[in-house]
Amino acid sequence: MIHMANQIGSFFAAYPKNEAVAGIKDHLEKFWEPRMRRQIIEYAAQGAGGLHEYVLEAVKQLAPAPASK
Amino acid sequence: MALIREIDYGTPKRVSQTAVTLEVDGKPVTVPAGTSVMRAAAEAGVQIPKLCASDNLEPFGSCRLCLVEIDGRRGTPASCTTPVEAGMKVRTQSPRLAKLRRGVMELYASDFPSEALNSTAGVTSEFQEMAIAVGLNEVRYGLSGRNHQDSEKDDSNPYFAFDPAKCIVCSRCVRACDEVQGTLALTIDGRGFASHVSAGDKPFVESECVSCGACVQACPTGSLLEKTVVAGGTPDRSVVTTCAYCGVGCSFKAELEGDVVVRMMPFKDGKANHGHSCVKGRFAWGYTTHKDRITKPMIRAKITDPWREVSWEEAIGHAASEFKRIQGKYGRDSIGGITSSRCTNEETYLVQKMIRAAFGNNNTDTCARVCHSPTGYGLKTTLGTSAGTQDFDSVAAADVVMIIGANPTDAHPVFASQMKRRLRQGARLIIVDPRRIDLVKSPHIQADYHLPLLPGTNVAVINAIAHVVVTEGLVDEAYVKERCDTEAFEQWRKFIAEPKNSPEALEPITGVPAADIRGAARLYATGGNGAIYYGLGVTEHSQGSTMVMGMANLAMATGNFGKNGVGVNPLRGQNNVQGSCDMGSFPHELPGYRHVSDNLVRQSFEAAWNVPLQSEPGLRIPNMIDAALDGTFKGLYVQGEDIVQSDPGTQHISAGLKAMECVVVQDLFLNETASFAHVFLPGSSFLEKDGTFTNAERRISLVRQAIPPVPGKADWEATAALSEAMGYPMRYNHPSEIMDEIARLTPTFAGVTYEKIERLGSIQWPCNEKAPEGTPVMHIGGFVRGKGKFMITEFVPTDERTTGRFPLILTTGRILSQYNVGAQTRRTSNNVWHDMDVLEIHPSDAENRGIKDGDLVSLASRAGEITLPAQISERMQPGVVYTTFHHAMTGANVVTTDYSDWATNCPEYKVTAVQVQLARHISEWQQHYRQTRRMTTQIEKESAAND
Repeated sequence: MIHMANQIGSFFAAYPKNEAVAGIKDHLEKFWEPRMRRQIIEYAAQGAGGLHEYVLEAVKQLAPAPASK
Repeated sequence: MALIREIDYGTPKRVSQTAVTLEVDGKPVTVPAGTSVMRAAAEAGVQIPKLCASDNLEPFGSCRLCLVEIDGRRGTPASCTTPVEAGMKVRTQSPRLAKLRRGVMELYASDFPSEALNSTAGVTSEFQEMAIAVGLNEVRYGLSGRNHQDSEKDDSNPYFAFDPAKCIVCSRCVRACDEVQGTLALTIDGRGFASHVSAGDKPFVESECVSCGACVQACPTGSLLEKTVVAGGTPDRSVVTTCAYCGVGCSFKAELEGDVVVRMMPFKDGKANHGHSCVKGRFAWGYTTHKDRITKPMIRAKITDPWREVSWEEAIGHAASEFKRIQGKYGRDSIGGITSSRCTNEETYLVQKMIRAAFGNNNTDTCARVCHSPTGYGLKTTLGTSAGTQDFDSVAAADVVMIIGANPTDAHPVFASQMKRRLRQGARLIIVDPRRIDLVKSPHIQADYHLPLLPGTNVAVINAIAHVVVTEGLVDEAYVKERCDTEAFEQWRKFIAEPKNSPEALEPITGVPAADIRGAARLYATGGNGAIYYGLGVTEHSQGSTMVMGMANLAMATGNFGKNGVGVNPLRGQNNVQGSCDMGSFPHELPGYRHVSDNLVRQSFEAAWNVPLQSEPGLRIPNMIDAALDGTFKGLYVQGEDIVQSDPGTQHISAGLKAMECVVVQDLFLNETASFAHVFLPGSSFLEKDGTFTNAERRISLVRQAIPPVPGKADWEATAALSEAMGYPMRYNHPSEIMDEIARLTPTFAGVTYEKIERLGSIQWPCNEKAPEGTPVMHIGGFVRGKGKFMITEFVPTDERTTGRFPLILTTGRILSQYNVGAQTRRTSNNVWHDMDVLEIHPSDAENRGIKDGDLVSLASRAGEITLPAQISERMQPGVVYTTFHHAMTGANVVTTDYSDWATNCPEYKVTAVQVQLARHISEWQQHYRQTRRMTTQIEKESAAND
């Protein structure tokens, strides 16, 4: 999951920071199922070792993912 | 439907601004200038006798049967080689012509087996028809003269026989191989009486022949004939349908005797194939009646138990009860399903509908996940829609063809023939591929540039090409200004012009000489219409989506969108990849590529389906497997897919499936995924279905039922039954009603109906008010998203790296005779050409390891190890090896890794670091597979079940 998130970060890193962070956030919201978003939000909250700087910033901006039903 | 006999107009249709009017047997007819008298006559409803002419071949003028009389002209010219002229008066019947034709037929018949001439079994040949047409009732020369009646038959090809005794050396087969197929495998050897058709002085099966069937179809005498017809098969009806193999989507006439298929004949009116075919569609349909076919539903409690045959009601009831139990215990999101690109639009639509509406979640995905999902992402981002831009016919107007990561002659052979025709006419060719694919150099075709890049460096190559375009002033500035988002373009221009993107800077990474990149870039940008065709060599990388955007950037920068002969065109692997994606199979998109979070769109489906829908994306296939291993995903419905064999990391997929509590597989055979299933629902073959497929050019074609579903229930009926058992009834009387619903809910399909497809033959979406008869070429006058959007495509090397331990790169793909996981083609005689997967390896890599051709070698990666025979091949570049994944026993995906495209999770099949060594015995995985496969596919005998 960290690898996948950082790959997304690597693509958007070519853009200016604001655009990049917005792009990563949008991508995670549009394509990651809530339980995956919950996991990465949790990971980021626990220290986020190994997460690309822009990814970490994007994850921090994610709204809490809805709980599984 | 009776047996369909298509009109053969004798010579090809000509295109001209000038119309010519003439009279044939007193009937006026107007045709384009350049048309032959023979064709003009046929268009006037007058069939002139002929043997060597056919409307898919250039006129040849050898059989002398099509002679006519023309007022004011001497003699009796051959109508096939005589072009029309204004005011011409042609007579096709006269006593003189009748005598001449009868005389010609007599000569042919004097060296023709009389039993074949008089036979009423099988299919009536054109030769027999002509004998009747000219009134042949005697052969004055007798039949005892010098002849070819004792010539040896060639039965070597599994599908057709060549009987030289029936050959009249009309060259139709040779010309079909040259002009239609473009393989040039046949020739006329010898002179005079000794002249004969030759496949290079070899038996057909050992020759260059690719068994496309064009020669068999062309043969007017039955000298080349399908073995099913030789055996006496006498078709009495035809059903026009669509091939179930690759994304070309060829139209065929299934010719049947009762409910038995005698042969599949390519349909001339098929807009994708224009009457051509390949070995798979034409001949490899025997799997539909193979003994391995499962025709009854089955269930079992544990995957180690034998299967138990049950009624449809019990199987559906059991599956639904298990899914409901799982949802009750683990939550609504704990189950999902996978749709198939081998199933129809209507079937895939229904599966995703069941998942969204009956399962109550968006955990739907499709096998496009592992092939063209980056195409969807990349093209939608840059152009606004997830589809190729052109129709296949567009290639006829291309001046420069760039093929990237595709091998059309193997994987899309019928389109390859069309492309080769254009290349033989002089279109220039650039090939970007690590392997020296056949098109790099084949008869009358030679690539101007072959850029043999190192696997994993596509983006670097496309950036380098774009760098040349930008820095050498080759951008179509006016086009970009008018059609594209100029701010994004300027951002991209600045990025791509950076020295790091120059061919020279990237040469050490790509392995491609900078001069070749520069040459290819200049050719593409300045050579006229530039058309890009690409395959999985583009998408199946960690930067698959980036590469798709890179190609779109390049085409936009050079003005290569929105007209005939240009574009960016994905060659889709399976027949309905495009359709399964269109139908909302992805977890984040409803039909028509609209995100589930779009309230207006979602509400339209909620209103139509009368159920609330989730607004969050669901799980993709790899996410489902991960979630299964995490313990949050416990049930899966798989229709027509085999993720265990086709998806990367076989052990990981297997472990995920084992962790589930209910896996339902619907398929023709007990495929590898079925080894992990608890419920098996027997599927129907394409011959048993009504529905539609959408091919790589967005062409929606009808699949028509030729015989009833063998399992007693159509696939869509099984899905509907499962949905109903889950508590959400879906009632339809016919798949056409499903399409009506799709059209009501999907703007790009708004104008599609079965009636319209019947009337037009096929329809390319978008089909709506703006384009009531469909859209062959997209983005004319403007992009679907408004302004085309350039995206920055920074090259990011894959994390899969070669090391001393794994020094080679493995790339995987497919070959002509086998298809995908081989479930269909392995159950046909196509195994004659490929009965096992082999490892292609460059001679120097082989020599360094002491490997000889045919040696058993181990192929090991960080993920796993298998063994297979080596094939020394100079198609490979040193350091790169290649294999296919057609045979389950090989387990090619045991070796591939879980690296995937950053945007879509499409697996990185094309780059796996491996080591290859001589092996003494098969791998542990293969030994384990042999042991367990038998156990997991056991079916309880009926007597035991009744005890």
